[in-house]
Amino acid sequence: MAKSKVVSLEEAVKNVHDGQTVLIPGFVNVGVPEALIKGVIDKGIKEINVISNNTSVKGRGIGLLVHDHLIKHLTCSHIGSNTETVEQAVSGEIDVTFVPQGTLCERVRAGGAGIGGILTPTGLGTPIAEGKEVITVDGKEFLLEKPLRGDVALIHAWKADKLGNVVYHRTARNFNQIWATAADWVIVEAEEVVEIGQLDPDQIMTPGALVDQVVDIGGIK
Amino acid sequence: MAEITGRDLIAYRTARFFEDGDLVNLGIGMPTKCLDFLPEGVDVWIDTENGAIGLSGPPAEDEWTDPDVVDASGAVSKLREGGCCFDSFTSFGYIRGGHVAATVLGAYEVDQEGNLANWMVPGRTIAGMGGAMDLVAGARKVLIMTDHCDKKGNPKILKKCTLPLTAAKEVDYIITELAVLHQTPNGLVLEELAPGVSVEEVVSKTAAELVIPAEIKSMI
Repeated sequence: MAKSKVVSLEEAVKNVHDGQTVLIPGFVNVGVPEALIKGVIDKGIKEINVISNNTSVKGRGIGLLVHDHLIKHLTCSHIGSNTETVEQAVSGEIDVTFVPQGTLCERVRAGGAGIGGILTPTGLGTPIAEGKEVITVDGKEFLLEKPLRGDVALIHAWKADKLGNVVYHRTARNFNQIWATAADWVIVEAEEVVEIGQLDPDQIMTPGALVDQVVDIGGIK
Repeated sequence: MAEITGRDLIAYRTARFFEDGDLVNLGIGMPTKCLDFLPEGVDVWIDTENGAIGLSGPPAEDEWTDPDVVDASGAVSKLREGGCCFDSFTSFGYIRGGHVAATVLGAYEVDQEGNLANWMVPGRTIAGMGGAMDLVAGARKVLIMTDHCDKKGNPKILKKCTLPLTAAKEVDYIITELAVLHQTPNGLVLEELAPGVSVEEVVSKTAAELVIPAEIKSMI
């Protein structure tokens, strides 16, 4: 009998530690693993490096980590939606590295797919290209962008079965599907947890084989 | 029909770059205004970088929509019949891969070499570029909607951008309330004028060198 990966929130967040690099998906407030973020904050954590597209808005999602001054370094494409992140970036409290959104996707995908980097036209001739290798392929120039990985990924699912097979919902899928491939430990929070065999195999977006733990959050919180 | 002027004229003219069935990406703010001026018989599919094709705008006040469907500003939006959702990797894959017919964005500065600066003013804004760099590098047509001059009356269309670039040599058309400028191998061409606007007025409000053809069309 296949073993269930469902654990309590308290049990799951034991696997997130000070100073780690944490992959957190979400676009503004959608598809953000907010229950896991709250669990990590309640457990007590500091000086983490976050890789995310943005930092939600003030007081929500990743913004909760910002508000409590828990992020040391942030790799993202945009912070404009959260005034507190902008303040901490200006003061130098959070060290921010901006990466174009599509490049961020590809770098994390490369990290999860065992690829040594990607070649992209995005950012050529801009400040993003500074210090990076330009490689010419068939007469066209590309920037070499290196892979990114995390120690832990926190994932928000619409439905998961007890093995960690995941289905995402609408635009809440965003970065979740990629982020779940690129960390040493993958924790999924699910709005609904179903029995093994209840998800259509063709509809599963992240295979349970990539997931370590599942937390049932019982709806959107 | 009352005469269209100002930002309405910019949106009206920009919408005339779209063809029926095009997949288009509209930046937040002024670019979304294009949808109010689509020509008769032109239906476009709206791409949103956060993972959907077929967004159809905000719901009415008392209308239920799925809170998991949002646009690129994070605001809830309706999804039309035939629309679809996917992950960010797929989204930027087709953006970069040239599957988006047109991307429409604003500008802080744009120059005669087709360079665009619209993401950062050092010491003033540090929001981040979001998806703009990928969109401008990947879309088949890059359309810049902008007021011809900034709020102080200084030209925004320059010989050379001074701000950090979003992309180099990717802009195709600049549409303002005064004119349509086309980036070509021969330079930045003044192709169209707004009603009542002279070549001299455009030239005086533009810092870039313009190519002035013998015949210039009207924007309307």
